[in-house]
Amino acid sequence: MSNSIEELAGSDFLLVTGSNTTEAHPVISLRMKRAVKNGAKLVVVDPRKIELTRWATRHVQIRVGTDIPFFNAVANVIINEGLHDGEFIKYRTEGFDAFARHVQMYTPEYSAEICGVTPEEIIDTARDFAAAAPKSAICYTLGITEHSCGSHNVQSLGNLGLLCGTLGVPNGGVNPLRGQNNVQGAGDAGCIPTDLPGYQKVERPGIRDIFEKAWGEPLPRRRGITKITAMEQMIKGRVKAVYVMGENTVVSDPHANHAEHALKSVDFLVVQDIFLTETAQLADVVLPAAAFAESDGTFANSERRVQRVRPAVSPPGEAKTDVEILLSLFERMGKPQTMETSKDVFNEMRSVTPIYGGISHERLDREGGIQWPCGDEDDPGTEYLHGDEFSTGFPGFFAPVDHIPPAEEPDDEFPWLLTTGRRRSTYHTGTQTGKATGFQHLVPHEMLEINPLDAAEMGLADGDLLDVASRRGKVTVSARITERSPRGLVFMSFAFPEITRTNDVTSDAYDFITETPEFKACAVKISKSEYQDEEFRRAQRRIRLAGEVKQPTELMPGFD
Amino acid sequence: MTTVATNPRPQTKTKWLDMRINGVTVQAAEGSRVLDAVNDAGFEVPTLCYDERVGAQGTCRMCLVEVEVNGRTEQVASCTAFAEDDMSVATPTEEITDYRKTLLEMLLSEMASMNANPYSNKVGPTEFDRAVEEYEARQDAFPQLRVREKASHDTNPFIQRDYDYCIACYRCTNICNDWEQAGAITVDGRGQDSSIFTFFDNELMDSPCTFCGQCINTCPTGALTDRKVVSQDIVAQNVDHTQTVCPYCGVGCGIELLTHDGEIIGAEPDFSAPSRGSLCVKGQFASWEFVRSEERLRHPLIKQSDGTFRQASWDEALDLVTSKFKGAIATEGPDSIVCWASARVVTEANYLMQKFARVAIGTNNIDNCSRT
Repeated sequence: MSNSIEELAGSDFLLVTGSNTTEAHPVISLRMKRAVKNGAKLVVVDPRKIELTRWATRHVQIRVGTDIPFFNAVANVIINEGLHDGEFIKYRTEGFDAFARHVQMYTPEYSAEICGVTPEEIIDTARDFAAAAPKSAICYTLGITEHSCGSHNVQSLGNLGLLCGTLGVPNGGVNPLRGQNNVQGAGDAGCIPTDLPGYQKVERPGIRDIFEKAWGEPLPRRRGITKITAMEQMIKGRVKAVYVMGENTVVSDPHANHAEHALKSVDFLVVQDIFLTETAQLADVVLPAAAFAESDGTFANSERRVQRVRPAVSPPGEAKTDVEILLSLFERMGKPQTMETSKDVFNEMRSVTPIYGGISHERLDREGGIQWPCGDEDDPGTEYLHGDEFSTGFPGFFAPVDHIPPAEEPDDEFPWLLTTGRRRSTYHTGTQTGKATGFQHLVPHEMLEINPLDAAEMGLADGDLLDVASRRGKVTVSARITERSPRGLVFMSFAFPEITRTNDVTSDAYDFITETPEFKACAVKISKSEYQDEEFRRAQRRIRLAGEVKQPTELMPGFD
Repeated sequence: MTTVATNPRPQTKTKWLDMRINGVTVQAAEGSRVLDAVNDAGFEVPTLCYDERVGAQGTCRMCLVEVEVNGRTEQVASCTAFAEDDMSVATPTEEITDYRKTLLEMLLSEMASMNANPYSNKVGPTEFDRAVEEYEARQDAFPQLRVREKASHDTNPFIQRDYDYCIACYRCTNICNDWEQAGAITVDGRGQDSSIFTFFDNELMDSPCTFCGQCINTCPTGALTDRKVVSQDIVAQNVDHTQTVCPYCGVGCGIELLTHDGEIIGAEPDFSAPSRGSLCVKGQFASWEFVRSEERLRHPLIKQSDGTFRQASWDEALDLVTSKFKGAIATEGPDSIVCWASARVVTEANYLMQKFARVAIGTNNIDNCSRT
C-alpha cells in the first residue's frame, strides 16, 4: 500500500475495486466503514454484489474484465471537465498530453456499453473522486491483478491517482491490499527472480557488485524464471530439481492438473511444510517445519509495517524452524553461514537492504511495528510513500492502456463466466482454517454461487449437486443461489480441495508482464451432477466433525 | 535511492489548555477529554464502559473525578467531560474512592455466580476482577436485588454468552454496531431490566454475527467469552501471553497467543498493535488449533520406490537433498534448480531462501506465491 490502513478512516472518498474487503481483509474494512460513518463516499466497483456494497454510496456492477474501459472513462470525464490537478501533473508527472488524447475515445457512453453500466455511474464516480482529492483513496486486490491484463488494470488506477494528485499525501494513494500475512516480506527479502533484497534489480549495473562484496560470493548474472515459466520448463524437462518452502502449489495454482503434472515431471522435489499437503505428497523428501507460533522473526504487512513474530511453543517432534533448516542446508552445500539466529539473519538483511536499514529486532521489541522505508535508527518509518518524489526516483508516468478482454470468454459450449476468490471464514487452500473446530458450521463445503434468475431457468434448488467443467477440468460442487452473483457469473472459493478442487477448472492464461494467473475469469459449463447424491454427501460428511450440521444456507452470516 | 516523506503530518494549529492534575501542571490540547488528560499526565483512572475505538459512553461512572473550574467544584465522568483552561482535577479523592467501591459492590450484588466463583469465567483476571480487587469491593455489601438472566441457550461453537456477569456497560453492542457494524446484538429494556439481545432472540448463528470476536475482547467481565478457550477449564493464573502477528491475511493484526503448560490454548488480540484490538473470525478462532493438530509433520520423510513415505533422520534427509542438488548443478547447471519461497513464513527464512538459491545453488530462480 502506498498509504496506511489507519489513514483510510480519514479519507473523504474511497474507491474499492476488485476487493471483497469485508471477507478477505475484514479488519481493513472496519476503517472503510468508519470513513463512511464519518461522511466519506464509498464507491464499490465490482461485478459481484459483495457485502461491502451495503456501506457503499454507489455500487457500480461492471462486467468481469472491463476495468480498463471503466477507469479510462473516469479519466476522460476528469480531464474533459477540468477536474484534474494541473499543479501535480506539471511538477510530478510525465506523459499527460498523450494520455489525455488516448482516453478521448473512452467516452462515458462508449465505456458504459462495454462495462454494462450507465454513463451516469461513470460520470458521478469521476466527479466524486476528483471532488474529494487529494483525500481520495483507491483500494484494490486480486480482482484487479488476477487478470491477463492485470498490470494494465493497475496502471489504469494509477493514472487516476496521478490525474488528481492523490499520491504522496495522507488519506489518499493507490493501495493494493496484500493477501497473505507475509507476501510483502517475501518480496522485501528478495524472493523475486529479478530482484535482490529491497527490490534492487539483479540486472541493474552496480547492484550485484554490492551484494557480491557483502556476501563474498559471485552471483548469477541473468534474471531467474517465475513460477509460471518454471512449471512449463519442468514439463519440458529443463528444470530437474525443485525446493518448495511452505506453499501448497498443487491446490493454490490455476489449472491445477498442469501444476501437478509439472511437479511430477521433475527428478527431485523437496517440500518443507507443517502438514503433508497435496504438494508435499508429491515430494521425494519432506522436511517438517515449525509453524508461525513456533518461529522467531518478522512479518511485513500490507502497509509495509514490519512486525515481530515470536515463538509461543516449541515445534512438534523433530520439526525445525525454516531458518534452522536453511542454515544446515547452506553448510552441507559447502557455504556455511556465520548467522545462527533469526536476529542474525535480520541484521545481515538490513545491512544490504536500505529500506530496512533502520529496523532491528530490538527496535521492534521496543517500539512496535515500523513501516519501511526506514533508513536509519532515527527514522520513524514511512506512513505514506511518494511524499516529495516518487520512490522510483522518476516522475509518475501516465500509462495509456487499452481494454483487453479476458483470455477466455463465454461461448456456446462454455456459456458461464466463473470467477474465484475467498470467503471470510475459509482461507486459501484450507490447510489452516480446515483444522479449526466450528468452522465447518460457517461454510461447510465449497459452493457455487449463482444468480436466482439463472438458477430458476435451470431448475436448480439450493444445495443441488452440479458439475462445473471448463476446457481444463471438472469439479463437483453444490449450488448456492444468491443475488451476490449477477446473471451469467458464478463464483467459487478454493478452500475445500479434498472434494472440490476449484483450480482444476480455472484458466491457464496469465498476465504478460507479471505472469500473474487469470484466476478471475474463465468460461465454464454447468450441469446437474451425474454423481450419486449419497456418495458425494458421504464424502462431504467425512471431512466434517461429528455433530449435527445445519443446512449451509441457514448458516451463512453476512450472506444476502 | 529513495526519497520519501518521513511522517510530515499536515500541521493544524492546536490550542493548548493549562490544567492542574493532582497538583501537577500539564497542558492538554483543546477538545481533549479529561480522561485522556489525566492518563497522559500519568495518573490512572479506572473505567469499565470505555473502549477507545467507540469513544466515551458515560454509562458506568467509574471514571468519576473531582474537577474545579471557575471556582466551582464538581464530580464529573472524566470520559465525557472536556478539558478546560485553568481546570484543576483531583483523582482519586477519598470520596471518589468510596463512590467507586460502592458502585462495584452494587454491580457485584447482581452477579449470582460471583459467590461460587470469585473470578469470572475468562482466562486471566478481567478488568472488572482487577477493579474489585483494587477497591476491595465486598460481594455481600448489598442484599441481592436481582439476578440477571442466564444466557439464552446458544449452541454456536465460538461465543459463550453468560449474562450472569453482565454489568450493562454496552461495550459489546457498541463494538458490534459502531465498529464492526455487524448489527448482531443490541440492548433490550432499560435500567436494571436491560439486557443484551439478538434480534428475535435468535441464536448468534442465525444473526448477522460475523464471529469477529470483538465483543468478547471488549467485555470487561467475562459475560462474553471465547468458548474454545474457556471450555478447556484452565486456571486463569497459569496462562502465558506471547505477542505476535496473525497468520492469515496481509492486514497483520496483532495477536497474543495464550499458552498453558507448553501448549497453545487460544488467542486474543494485541491491543497495543496498530490493529487496535480488532480481529476477524480467523484470527480469533482459527489462528492456533492448526498449530497443535495431530496431523503436523514431526519427522523428515523420504519417498520409497513404492511411492510411500518412510520416516528418516535429519542427517539422512538433508544429505539426500544436498546430493541431489549438487548432482543437478554438476550435470545440468544451477539453472536446472528452482526454489520457491513462502508468503506464510517469516521474512528471515525468505531472506535465507533467496540467498540459498543465489549463493549455494547459483541461480536467480527464486520466486514466491505473490502471483498466486
